[in-house]
Amino acid sequence: MMNRILFVLMLIAGLTAPFYAYPVFVMDLLCFALFACAFNLLLGYVGLLSFGHAAFFGGAAYISGYAIKAWGFSPIFGILTGTGFTLILGFCFGYLAIRRQGIYFAMVTLALAQIVYFMALQMPFTGGENGLQGIPRGTLFGFIDLNNSLNMYYFVFAIFLIGFGIIYRTIHSPFGEVLQAIRENESRALSLGYDVDRFKLLAFVISATLAGLAGATKAVIFQFAALTNAHWQTSGEVILMTLVGGLGTVFGPVVGAITVGALSHELSAFGSWVQVILGTIFVICVMTFRRGIIGELGRVLNKK
Amino acid sequence: MSIQVILAQALLGLNVGVFYAMLSLGLAVIFGLLNIINFAHGAMYMLGAFIALIGYSFMDQWFGISIQIGFWPSLIIVPLLVGGLGILIERTMLKRLYDLDHIYGLLLTFGITLILQGLFSNYFNVSGTPYPGQPDALSGVVNLGFMYFPTYRLFAIVFSLVVCFATWYVIEHTKLGSRLRAGVENPQLTQTFGLNVPLMVTLTFGFGAALAGLAGVLAAPIYSVSPLMGADLIIVVFAVVVIGGMGSIMGAILSGLALGLIEGLTKVFYPPAASTVIFFLMVLVLLFRPAGLFGKEK
Repeated sequence: MMNRILFVLMLIAGLTAPFYAYPVFVMDLLCFALFACAFNLLLGYVGLLSFGHAAFFGGAAYISGYAIKAWGFSPIFGILTGTGFTLILGFCFGYLAIRRQGIYFAMVTLALAQIVYFMALQMPFTGGENGLQGIPRGTLFGFIDLNNSLNMYYFVFAIFLIGFGIIYRTIHSPFGEVLQAIRENESRALSLGYDVDRFKLLAFVISATLAGLAGATKAVIFQFAALTNAHWQTSGEVILMTLVGGLGTVFGPVVGAITVGALSHELSAFGSWVQVILGTIFVICVMTFRRGIIGELGRVLNKK
Repeated sequence: MSIQVILAQALLGLNVGVFYAMLSLGLAVIFGLLNIINFAHGAMYMLGAFIALIGYSFMDQWFGISIQIGFWPSLIIVPLLVGGLGILIERTMLKRLYDLDHIYGLLLTFGITLILQGLFSNYFNVSGTPYPGQPDALSGVVNLGFMYFPTYRLFAIVFSLVVCFATWYVIEHTKLGSRLRAGVENPQLTQTFGLNVPLMVTLTFGFGAALAGLAGVLAAPIYSVSPLMGADLIIVVFAVVVIGGMGSIMGAILSGLALGLIEGLTKVFYPPAASTVIFFLMVLVLLFRPAGLFGKEK
């Protein structure tokens, strides 16, 4: 019930947002919201902490940006190219990372993501520290001009809804039930005959692919693939968003992305203090607020 | 390519290797007892370097105390301070998370990393501030027979090796160490025998943090002191730890040294790969020996 209300609220807010908020800012939030939802699929529903999701978010941005800019791909095909790239990358990373568990899983994903970061820094086509600039937004289906920010906004919102829908379906499918069983008790799931590693790998690939979709979309919005998107701090940010909103809740990551995004935006005048504040929020969340906003809300409503 | 160039890079690589070894040693000691990966380990290394720098250059300007804490006193004071901070963090925060999933410990220390990094980024340049306090006795170069090598770097290598092996000796061959290892093996049983395990945990965390701080002081005269110096290093050290496996103290030391050496040599033969070679080695290890070179399959 709560999910339905929240979904309608999200739909209304999403459809009307460009009329009372700065569209580019909302689009940025939508990308991060999708990114956080994809990340939450892994941490919230399988219990795997990936510290390397920036590799997919940032990596897809570069590949899409390059495909659109250098090969003249249409925006949709460009985004799909980047997303496809992260599908393959996610498979490779997932295959390696699920060989280790718990804390090691986090360290392995972080180290693997660092390879992508250094490649983005050093490869000839990426523009090094300046990032890949001047990606044209192009036109959708040949007649919708994406340089119009309202057109661009609804295109991004549609992508967000598709990604969100895929995650929602995944969580509420038999497959998703098995994932949660693995989160609760891995050896039990194994003893029931589930090939735990295959489930984990598939969940990792879905999560990586959708994180890539979010990153690729972001590159088209800003016409720019930034190196910071692939930096480990972005991986940390998405963890924070998920944690603030509520681990393992459907809407938590969306709320968390908006909260953290709006906060960083409001505080941007404080320079390096933003990092201190975000770090403090991180510490507070871990110490006292582990359910997150939506998690706490759900608890209060269920009590009644 | 002359043999001198290769040897020089190998020694420089070894120089990096001793820092890897000291940091992964600290991580391994903490992990052994607490099952927590301390993300803030890199931040504590950075903190160590900054305390040394502030003690040397900014005491008068910041605190109005006209003293200058030199390099030698720093080698003792800084690890005590950083270790104290470690103990504070363990007592006030980490302690409350032991019953939860271990990833919360990682997330907490990540938050602490952001705070420390952000604080120092406010006051210091990200591109680095040089540490002027290198003692005169260690300036200049020494003739190693086949090449000249900076005295300070040689000192850093020897000093770190002594610290690493002393730690190994204490843990593996003394009574104190045997108690620690008992605590690692079975905390409940060890406590039943009347040993104060929570105190051991706290002191161990403090010791691991102190090691990171000490590495920071040693690194300060070589690399310029920057708020980001720890973050980039700690991720490499994570890869070192995955490669070595955290099963043994000696494993952590040896893999740190070896990987520093390999990184140094990569700089000679194929420079673009120098920043990623350790990560690629990690991939190979994961493929063929997932538990790590010195690790035990659980």
